[in-house]
Amino acid sequence: MVRAVYVKRGQVMNKKLQEQLLKRSKAAKMERFGKTISFLALMLITVTVFAIIIFVASKGLSTFVTNHVNIVDFLTGKNWNPNVTDSKGQPEVGALPMISGSFVVTILSALLATPFAIGTAIFMNEISPHRGAKLLQPVIELLVGIPSVVYGFIGLTVIVPAVRSVFGGSGFGILAGTFVLFVMILPTVTSMSVDALRSVPRYYREAALALGATQWQTIYKVVLRSATPGILTAIVFGMARAFGEALAVQMVIGNAALLPTNLVSPASTLTSVLTTGIGNTVMGSLQNNALWSLALVLLIMSLIFNLVVRMIGRKGAMSK
Amino acid sequence: MLISPSSPYSNGGWLERNIVDPSLKGQQPIVLETKQLHVYYGDNEAIHEGDLKFPEHRISALIGPSGSGKSTYLRSLNRMNDGIARVTGEILYRGVDINRPEIDVYKMRRRIGMVFQRPNPFSKSIYDNITFALKRRGVTDKRKLDEVVETSLKQAAIWDEVKDKLKKSALALSGGQQQRLCIARAVAIKPDILLLDEPASALDPVSTSKLEETLLQLKEDYTIVIVTHNMQQAARISDYTAFFNMGRALEYDETSQIFTSPKVQLTNNYVAGDFG
Repeated sequence: MVRAVYVKRGQVMNKKLQEQLLKRSKAAKMERFGKTISFLALMLITVTVFAIIIFVASKGLSTFVTNHVNIVDFLTGKNWNPNVTDSKGQPEVGALPMISGSFVVTILSALLATPFAIGTAIFMNEISPHRGAKLLQPVIELLVGIPSVVYGFIGLTVIVPAVRSVFGGSGFGILAGTFVLFVMILPTVTSMSVDALRSVPRYYREAALALGATQWQTIYKVVLRSATPGILTAIVFGMARAFGEALAVQMVIGNAALLPTNLVSPASTLTSVLTTGIGNTVMGSLQNNALWSLALVLLIMSLIFNLVVRMIGRKGAMSK
Repeated sequence: MLISPSSPYSNGGWLERNIVDPSLKGQQPIVLETKQLHVYYGDNEAIHEGDLKFPEHRISALIGPSGSGKSTYLRSLNRMNDGIARVTGEILYRGVDINRPEIDVYKMRRRIGMVFQRPNPFSKSIYDNITFALKRRGVTDKRKLDEVVETSLKQAAIWDEVKDKLKKSALALSGGQQQRLCIARAVAIKPDILLLDEPASALDPVSTSKLEETLLQLKEDYTIVIVTHNMQQAARISDYTAFFNMGRALEYDETSQIFTSPKVQLTNNYVAGDFG
């Protein structure tokens, strides 16, 4: 009799507990809401990225599909004049001058910026970590924040005349573009190199110093070696920025769709042709489609840069 | 100086200390000695006094609770605190004060090597780890390098475990093996003194006992100063022990003395496990 009461009471209590636990609390509902919101945000960005890629690809490919331009001719042709048809009745849409122009300014500015960036990063992180970082960090952040049109304007008024008086020619051209891009990518490469050096554990440096290595030997043989993947990533990021920069380059490069033969003659890049040409063409015309094809090349190149960065990161992670 | 009755130093107003000079006890010459050593981090004085003498071919242990300054003291001995802390006083290495600014610290560190708490091999091959310092000094003779790699790995008692994988990455070794590799790397430059900063604190018991055996063998050729927070370890391997507390070396004596009949009350409390 007594036992039965106990059992019964126990069952009653369990039922109450069950009801309590089955009812979702406000906090649990909020959590579900938050998860949904963040998932939607992710979806929006993913859809946007894919929409851009699909749009640019469909527009860019229509040059080859609708206007029947040979893709090999497009990539290797040396004449860019979409309004004119050549002797075979094909429009002159050879993108090689722009593609090579883009590559040349990118590679030259990266080559120029890398030693300065690594040197600055070493000073900031190894030689004078307190003062260097305090002084240079704001300077670098400031450089990142300057709008590209300002860089272009300075390039136009200072660098172009300087190049003209030192190297001859009109001053407009690959060299002027390289100098402007050098200043523009320097802060990116520098701050990422600083991060790479900073991620080298302190005990690596201590180990080398305790073995009687000098500070320079430690930096050169230990710190830089183990920061190499990070520094390579920094360089590729800088190259990606240089490759995609439009306005500043357009202002100083001269905008002649000619295959560059020297560094001081006017040339053009993919981006400079796009910015100057896109407003002057009719949607759906060959002239317009050809520009979209250039945009597609640009997009593919930046995807490749991204891929390279990821590959370097993965290789770096494996060797650690 | 006034000391409140609750202070651990409240024995008649004087700091109770017992620092023994090993040169009066044994026949061993003193290779390293500090006089009036003070270490400052900014305005903060980390080491107030630490006047110790380390005899040749002996293991001297520095023990004490966390934050007692034993590691800071050790790192000052081969100027690893340069740029981190300000060190005043004299550090006499075989009679030469190495705490003067005009001393070439790089040459000095080849004579006074250091092994750290955390195993820190470079992410290079075992072979390149050992030859790193020699190559920086311009040794390129392959036969000479091979020889040094073999002898130093043997000295650190790790040769048998790694002799077939010298070209493999040092990071593939276990923690204990890495630490012995670091010791081999330190002895490869044939130093006079080895400073070890809690070398076994990241190791398991088996690796620790192997490391201790290694140290006892190395004692034949090197003078060793070791920081440890493991009192049994100090008792097992060291000949002399210094007890540090709050930035001061309070007692320094033969290890058997420290662990059986310390003269300072605080040392007694520490080795008995009352605090720390």
